[in-house]
Amino acid sequence: MSHQATFAKALLAPGQICPDGLFSGNGADPASRFAVHRNTVHNGLINALAVAYPVTQLLVGEAFFRAMAGLYVQACPPTSPLISEYGSTFADFIQGFEPAASVPYLADIARLERLRVRAYHAADDRPLEPHTVLAALQARADLGTVRLRLHPSVATMASAYAVVAVWAAHQTEGGLAALDPGHAQSALVLRQGLEVKVFAIDAGSVTFIQRLAQGEALQTAVERALEASNDFDLHQCLTLLISHHAITHLHLDSKVSP
Amino acid sequence: MTPIFAHTSSPAQAPGLPDRAGLGLKHEHFIEVLETSPDLGFFEVHAENYMMAGGPFHHYLGLIRDQYPLSLHGVGLSIGGEGSLNREHLARLAALIERYQPQAFSEHLAWSSHGSVFLNDLLPLAYDSATLHRVCEHIDQVQSTLKRPMLLENPSTYLQLERSTLAETDFITEVIRRTGCGLLLDVNNVYVSCINHQRDPSAYIDALPLQAVGEIHLAGFAEDSDSLGDRLLIDDHGAPVDNAVWQLYEQVLARIGPIPTLIERDNQVPALSVLLAEAQHADWLLTQVRP
Repeated sequence: MSHQATFAKALLAPGQICPDGLFSGNGADPASRFAVHRNTVHNGLINALAVAYPVTQLLVGEAFFRAMAGLYVQACPPTSPLISEYGSTFADFIQGFEPAASVPYLADIARLERLRVRAYHAADDRPLEPHTVLAALQARADLGTVRLRLHPSVATMASAYAVVAVWAAHQTEGGLAALDPGHAQSALVLRQGLEVKVFAIDAGSVTFIQRLAQGEALQTAVERALEASNDFDLHQCLTLLISHHAITHLHLDSKVSP
Repeated sequence: MTPIFAHTSSPAQAPGLPDRAGLGLKHEHFIEVLETSPDLGFFEVHAENYMMAGGPFHHYLGLIRDQYPLSLHGVGLSIGGEGSLNREHLARLAALIERYQPQAFSEHLAWSSHGSVFLNDLLPLAYDSATLHRVCEHIDQVQSTLKRPMLLENPSTYLQLERSTLAETDFITEVIRRTGCGLLLDVNNVYVSCINHQRDPSAYIDALPLQAVGEIHLAGFAEDSDSLGDRLLIDDHGAPVDNAVWQLYEQVLARIGPIPTLIERDNQVPALSVLLAEAQHADWLLTQVRP
């Protein structure tokens, strides 16, 4: 094994291993100095996760979070120098992390927080003004054939838990008092201007938005959404998307352009 | 090895940052910087913090770049890595330079990636001829891809490698001679390393090719001790610049005159006014050596 391979392996190893070939000019044990690098690597990455997953940390407490994050760092070190992307598999790790099982919605909160980070850094695209979208849609007799392009920050997730309510309860002082995390809830995450927003949506809306994102026309997307949930409300879902600048283009099948 | 950027002009002049004090731009200070337009020579950002597709970081950096000169400081290229440079990362750097047209680009004499793993730290090199050859090849590749000379930062180190056959200063001197890159003289790193290895910081600075200095970094350190109880300074960028580092900085300025100088603070980031006060002190010292 090369010197750097040995060094890298020792940095990420669970024990206090010090690689060979190192010394201190004053004769001190090189392990006591190698520890500086070990701490920098671990603390830096754990801190990056703590910044990206603040509610996840609040739910389990700092000590538990840092211990869990430390194990994640050893199991899944970064594969890119872009630290803002680090931790994309942290929610899956939490899902399988037995000691966290007493907070069954923890992994889904982490998934929601990852969507927020992605939305924050997602590509820029100029949204259509709400009145532009409404005017174009209202002018159409064949509304069902219209396809919408969504802002790059738009993402959805479905959860068996009240992820949005739990997340929102931790945005202000006061906490979880009257909250039942046990009911299913889905989330819409998007960036409007410079601000990332989180909305609770129903399962039909998740399907609808996902189908739109795949490039399907309105009619097909509505049909799939109604299959997913009888309660799907097209008007409400479209209003949410339009009013929060989630639509960047209308494809009117080469007849009219916005 | 042919120097791609041989000394056709003094590297000290080439990057084009003003000979004034600058600050590391922290996202905590985006809005205050735009609202108050503090009197600073330049801002510096870590390149890797601006490699996302879009969003607020680019929005604010674009607005601030319109008002200030910019230094782009890489922390993830792993120039001393045993493997080849990450071409994808180098392409991202080139795109960022194209977008923001920074006056300077700098990176570290260190390694930070191995195989597919990024270790998020600046790790020490063996100063031998094989490493020298590899580092020079990597710097040639960076400079030819980015179509500009880079500045190479001297490291802060805690350990020595048995394989080293050259003094760090001789290694740096030879890299600069062979590649034509400039030197980012991190005075805090000089102090930290020299205390950690019981060397004389002034002698270390004297042994560097000071005519190649294009930028200076000043920062604070944390203090620990090793297994013998000796002082072990840690380059954590989490404290004000230490008095000993200010004194060393004054010695450097007396030798080479005014140089663009960055106050670095990456941890426990204080109010902007606290950092501006440090920058003002550096600016005052720069004024004292202006011809």
